[in-house]
Amino acid sequence: MPKDEIANKGGIGASTKRREDLRFLTGKGRYTDDINIRGQLYAHFIRSEVAHGRIISIDASAAEAMPGVAKVFTSADFAQAGSIPCGWQVTDRHGKAMLEPKHPILAEGKVRHVGDPIAVVVAETLDQARDAAEAVVIEIEELPAVMDMKAAVAGGDLVHEELGSNLCFDWGFVEENKAAVEEAFAKAAHVTTLELVNNRLVANPMEPRVAVGDFEEWTGQHTLYTTSQNPHVIRLLMGAFVLSIPEHKLRVVAPDVGGGFGSKIFHYAEEAFVTKAAHILKRPVKWTSTRSEAFVTDAHGRDHVTKIQLALDAQNNFTALRTDTYANMGAYLSTFAPSVPTWLHGTLMAGNYKTPLIYVNVKAVFTNTVPVDAYRGAGRPEATFQLERLVDQAARELGVSPFDLRRQNFIQPDQFPYQTPVAVVYDTGNYQATLDKLVEMADVAGFEARAAESKSRGKLRGFGLAHYIEACGIAPSNLVGQLGARAGLYESASVRVNATGSITVFTGSHSHGQGHETTFAQVVSDMIGIDASQIEIVHGDTSNTPMGMGTYGSRSLAVGGSAMVKATNKIINKAKKIAAHLMEASEADIELKDGVFTVAGTDKSKTWVDVTLAAYVPHNYPLENLEPGLEETAFYDPSNFTYPAGAYGCEVEVDPETGKVEVVAFSAADDFGNVVNPMIVEGQVHGGLAQGIGQALLEHCVYDENGQLLSGSYMDYAMPRADDFPMFQVDHSCATPCTHNPLGVKGCGEAGAIGSPPAVINAVLDALHRGGFTHVTHIDMPASPSRVWAAMQR
Amino acid sequence: MQSFDLVKPSTLAEAVSALAADGAQALSGGQTLIPVMKQRLAAPSVLVSLGGIAEMRGVAAAQGVLRIGAATPHAAVAREAAAHYPALAKLAGGIGDPAVRNRGTIGGSLANNDPSACYPSAALASGATIVTNRRQIAADDFFQGLFTTALQEGEIITEVQFPIPERAAYVKFEQPASRFALTAVFVAKYANGVRVAVTGASNDGVLRWKAAEERLSANFSASALSDLNLSGADMMADLHGSGDYRAHLAKVLTGRAVAAS
Repeated sequence: MPKDEIANKGGIGASTKRREDLRFLTGKGRYTDDINIRGQLYAHFIRSEVAHGRIISIDASAAEAMPGVAKVFTSADFAQAGSIPCGWQVTDRHGKAMLEPKHPILAEGKVRHVGDPIAVVVAETLDQARDAAEAVVIEIEELPAVMDMKAAVAGGDLVHEELGSNLCFDWGFVEENKAAVEEAFAKAAHVTTLELVNNRLVANPMEPRVAVGDFEEWTGQHTLYTTSQNPHVIRLLMGAFVLSIPEHKLRVVAPDVGGGFGSKIFHYAEEAFVTKAAHILKRPVKWTSTRSEAFVTDAHGRDHVTKIQLALDAQNNFTALRTDTYANMGAYLSTFAPSVPTWLHGTLMAGNYKTPLIYVNVKAVFTNTVPVDAYRGAGRPEATFQLERLVDQAARELGVSPFDLRRQNFIQPDQFPYQTPVAVVYDTGNYQATLDKLVEMADVAGFEARAAESKSRGKLRGFGLAHYIEACGIAPSNLVGQLGARAGLYESASVRVNATGSITVFTGSHSHGQGHETTFAQVVSDMIGIDASQIEIVHGDTSNTPMGMGTYGSRSLAVGGSAMVKATNKIINKAKKIAAHLMEASEADIELKDGVFTVAGTDKSKTWVDVTLAAYVPHNYPLENLEPGLEETAFYDPSNFTYPAGAYGCEVEVDPETGKVEVVAFSAADDFGNVVNPMIVEGQVHGGLAQGIGQALLEHCVYDENGQLLSGSYMDYAMPRADDFPMFQVDHSCATPCTHNPLGVKGCGEAGAIGSPPAVINAVLDALHRGGFTHVTHIDMPASPSRVWAAMQR
Repeated sequence: MQSFDLVKPSTLAEAVSALAADGAQALSGGQTLIPVMKQRLAAPSVLVSLGGIAEMRGVAAAQGVLRIGAATPHAAVAREAAAHYPALAKLAGGIGDPAVRNRGTIGGSLANNDPSACYPSAALASGATIVTNRRQIAADDFFQGLFTTALQEGEIITEVQFPIPERAAYVKFEQPASRFALTAVFVAKYANGVRVAVTGASNDGVLRWKAAEERLSANFSASALSDLNLSGADMMADLHGSGDYRAHLAKVLTGRAVAAS
């Protein structure tokens, strides 16, 4: 079918406008904070103002007597509750399980980070709760804050005394490669070394977290409304591990969610609190995070300190790579925190290159800071940043082109499937093609002329290249189980065909900005040949969707979409049986096209609606062979990750007098495999680029040595804004479809945030070197004006 | 935010009388005060809004002086001062975002004297006169350190009088997060000399860079500053820049302001 015709029908490949935007853009979205249940109480959390301290006493007597106060809760009210669980257990270099502290709902005995909840006032109004909170008297003996990761593992104060160490785990990957890697370094013709920091970030979704707990006394039914990317996972973790509520008595609803970027994957104390408090008080309880609270309670991202080294032979071939990383876990283990610096990071250290030997060491460390967990890209941006900075530095040291050095060491198009030395097998890819595309898009040939023009205005222009690989669609459950995941990573879908032919799809994925209601409908529309307007996508409620693992890691289309394809194929197979009966033909001869069943070689036909009606009004129906109805569920567990890849080019102008960096051009050539909705894919790339460039130039979560958060509001935490960016040039035409999922899709949600930080920093370095500041080998992110200026002064 | 009474006087006299109440606080735009109250860091029992006092609003130029009512919002200054004092209008048009500019007022900004605010530098570089319900205060006497001014209890700024310079420019280098001035410089050239005010930089708030003024009064050109340096020792240092960086920026921006004026 010609592409235009596909686009008109709204199937796969059409840039259909997002149907959900009608309600989002007109203020009619229904977010968790819009949910108000009759008789609802309001919770206000009293949080630690110190990073580390012993709780001496809590006196809530005066507060409990204040107007409107229902109850002041402390840890004593949760003595029966379990620890907020960690969903991934990492085993260290010596075969020892990671250290795993208790994570109580409310602080027990000690506070471990600014923002750690100590007590909660629940009252008739939020103002009453806040007034009463000021009357709660809490005495805390402040302890020295554990802040520096290297010092923390060397000894001294402990975040968790009962663990005996601040070192959560010491992970080596691949441990068996270690000796061979050392040997390759000993033989290397050249070794390039970089020490760098991947800056700590705050996710900052537009919608802060909210949780509303409800309890129905006469049925024993608990309901939690929450801002979550994966309501089923919350139900499992909170129900089974924290509050001991069986699944059939616990419903978790994540309605419209205004962005997550990873920070809404995790199970948070506030969710368990409102659920249990509603049970205790027999009234609904609501908590809405303030923006200030979000800074000290939402899981942070990144925060790695790394030394990385590349060995090359005399012909500039990469012969070995080794890295030593300290990864900040914060004060407690957030739900997937241990997986981020390990399996989502070490497995990507090959990048796009055929480096034969790799060894990755990661020391995960407890500190008196907010827990750190997955944030857009999760582990892969950290891997890509190190590697792509290092390759650029190697090219500079060797005096060769960063383009040529990459091309020479790329895995070649004929080498797929490619087994890397860090466990994973890349199924497809063509890195030469994406780099060629980038060179064309970014007009690399015209760069020198642009640089000269910038120079005439007193500006230093630089070009930065980065190539990335990522692993999405996480992943076969049996594999992740071996790697320490305490959950499966399949996805689910139920396709319910209604009697008159319209379709309701219940998906285990969760949309919090990605546009699933549009794209998922496009896929089903394309498969059956009915208009997408006849298809509704339902997600976010454990009471009506099959158990799914939710949305993160760019997995929704690759895994959730595949489950939906599987379920839809079951529907089509059954519908063909019904059509065969109706047309008195053999099932094998039935064809479905554009919503019409035909018998091959005849002019017989039945419409989609003829068949769906027959399924629900089975007067003329093969009841002896076939059940009535048309509803199917499928679970899909992928056989591998998917591996999107791409080439990114950033062009900056640096003001040598002030150090200010302006991104003047940015091009992204991505290989996402097949694309369902190009417009939404471009939007995802734009968003990812904004966050990645934001990390590179603006965003920085900073604590002082006492564990006070210095960047605790937008006055000091620099969020990227539209005027910080040029118009992005994005392309996804260099597609090598994924070989192991039915749609051939790879995922596009995180790419922008993964590939852009090294491209930006490489561009800044290029600009400085062109300006004569050749002593600068690296600038840590964010490359703020003051940092760039300071680097130029040395 | 804690509960408070809101009083909306329509005359200056009513405002003065309302401010005499125990725990009363003037509200003139509230772009700092309201967020602080939301965080429960301030809890005045009475807020006296100055926004409805007609005599405190408006922009008028006469005899080489631009008079701006203290309750005039930044957006109005940006519009109405443009023909008379373009550098000042540009400064006003670059404060915050449209919401801030349509709420925040010149009087509120000067009374607050945030060390990173824009307006104090214009007042100081212009040798403006701050007129209150009690007296007239020269800008040189008005600003007395971080968030500190010559204003007394119950004293209300009613008007600010700016002598209109021959040439002037304001150049702001934005702090990346807040987009307040990380450092900003206002340069104004008058028949009797040049005045240079630096905001966002000093530990003592807005300051006059007198050494630069002397050089520029003799030779109004960026090159006149070439061997001049401010010390970073008394400059603010934070996440966004060291004292030395701010001192360096002050020099760079002064040169750029001269060139732009």
